[in-house]
Amino acid sequence: MAQLAKPAKRRRIRGDGAWAYAFIAVALVVFAMFTAYPVVSAFIISFQKYKPIGSEYVGFDNYIATFKDSLFWKSVVNTVVYTILTVPVSLIISFAIAILILPLKKKLQTTFKAVYYLPAVASGVALSVVWLWIFDPMPEGIFNKLISLFGISNQNWLGSSATSMFSLVLMAWLSSHGTSIIIYLAALLGIDSSYYEAADLDGANFFQKLWYIVIPSLKPTTLFLLVTGVIGSFQVFQNAYLMTGGGPDNSTTMVGLLIFNNAFKYFEFGKAAAQSLVLAAIIALISLVQFKFMGKDVEY
Amino acid sequence: MALYSEHTGKPAAKRARNGVIIIILILFALATIFPIYFMIMSSFGDPIEAGAANYSLFPTKFTLDSYKFFFDYSEYSYRWLLNSLIVATTVMVSNVFFASLAGYAFSKIKFKGRTVLFTILLIAMMIPYQVTQVPLYILIVNIFNIQNTYSALILPGLVTVYNIFLAKQFMGSIPGEILECAKIEGCNQFQIYFRIILPLSKTVLAVMAILTFMDSWNTFFWPFLVTNTMDMQTIQVGLKNFRFANTTYFAPMMAGATISALPMFILFFSLQKYFLEGVTVGAVKG
Repeated sequence: MAQLAKPAKRRRIRGDGAWAYAFIAVALVVFAMFTAYPVVSAFIISFQKYKPIGSEYVGFDNYIATFKDSLFWKSVVNTVVYTILTVPVSLIISFAIAILILPLKKKLQTTFKAVYYLPAVASGVALSVVWLWIFDPMPEGIFNKLISLFGISNQNWLGSSATSMFSLVLMAWLSSHGTSIIIYLAALLGIDSSYYEAADLDGANFFQKLWYIVIPSLKPTTLFLLVTGVIGSFQVFQNAYLMTGGGPDNSTTMVGLLIFNNAFKYFEFGKAAAQSLVLAAIIALISLVQFKFMGKDVEY
Repeated sequence: MALYSEHTGKPAAKRARNGVIIIILILFALATIFPIYFMIMSSFGDPIEAGAANYSLFPTKFTLDSYKFFFDYSEYSYRWLLNSLIVATTVMVSNVFFASLAGYAFSKIKFKGRTVLFTILLIAMMIPYQVTQVPLYILIVNIFNIQNTYSALILPGLVTVYNIFLAKQFMGSIPGEILECAKIEGCNQFQIYFRIILPLSKTVLAVMAILTFMDSWNTFFWPFLVTNTMDMQTIQVGLKNFRFANTTYFAPMMAGATISALPMFILFFSLQKYFLEGVTVGAVKG
């Protein structure tokens, strides 16, 4: 009997396996063609001077050119500056808003969540069109009107290299924090109330509870938002492309935009591929460092 | 007992505290939605050049002329909306179907190479899209030679790794006993997927459908790269072209932006629950 049962069982497993391969077939083909192949291809192209027919291998030339290119380093600095100015501030804003939403009634919580999320629904192109007018350099522009109330003179927000980066940062501060607010709120609701009870018995006040209970408990959430925020910020260039085109004087040229320009403005595919791989390496390195420093006592 | 004091016996204090909180939240909310308010409000202005338009923060006029101006700009402006709809709908349907199939296989069926394949997918998720952008462009334009077609717009997004991951995470929590039972009753794997897995995963698949549709509708760079005639462009690319051709027409530009965003606003207000749920589905580990 046992001998008979065995092949039958094996056949069933094999049958299931066939189903599984059928189920993942399309996904795998799409993945192989539009993700895996392009990644391998990017490595190859990065060692080439690309031409549609008959690309020539140039060794590490594209990488050497990248590291010697002062514009590349400038774009890295711009990206780092942008990241440092935007990511931590949005974390603090989202955290503060989530804390403030917490004591409200469920219905009110949902309303506020929806309102804060709303701008994320509009496309980047639509928002960039709107912000372009908000930053209108004429005295009638919204921001110029606003600062004139404080006696500050007219600014050429996006058109001057002194304020262009700040304008993009300001736009990031005032755009949607909905996603991080919702994630923080979900984490806040997950904190065990017995911690607060113990703290109350010890006579802790609101800020002590915040400092000793809430912030340590939310560390994994903060780390998650920090890492994804930094990764996202390093790739960001849509706003720069649509609002300033990287200018003036390359003051808002981010790495992502530089790669885009090299590829689709100058058609230097080899250089663009090399730069994109350097960007990938930088992102991987930074994520690793963040996990090392912040993730020490985070449990997963 | 919670983070906030209950102010037991002092309802006035509690009301005052919540009042202050709500005022702060409303002020920040006003700052957040101001661009959207400004966009919609200004779109009802006259289609005249900005030099003459003095924009105000409050509606002074209500006319749809700027919308007419936007649609009259190109004979293809309605086509842009249709193209976006076609692409976003196709991408949404194919993602829900193929990602749920693959998610089911990866979470519930044992097969050779499962772990290895899934690990490769996960690693691929961390690669920035700049890396794949150039080779993908070469593949579509130089090798397949399908630029300026719906295939070029749709194929690369047919099913994303993120959605497979989302489906796998959720389906992993469906108890295996149910599937065992179905199998003993004589269901084959496709019947199990269709009759048991799909109905149980309705919510997560709805979230996936909505977020995928929104992403596809709002995406700009890929359609911008692979289309070169107006009749194949999506609304986002069309809006960008309109902007560059009419740099001084303030109200029509706002009308165009409103048109591109309006379908998403309608979707958001009617399916708000799924949008808000979608945020945490992918983020909080289950």
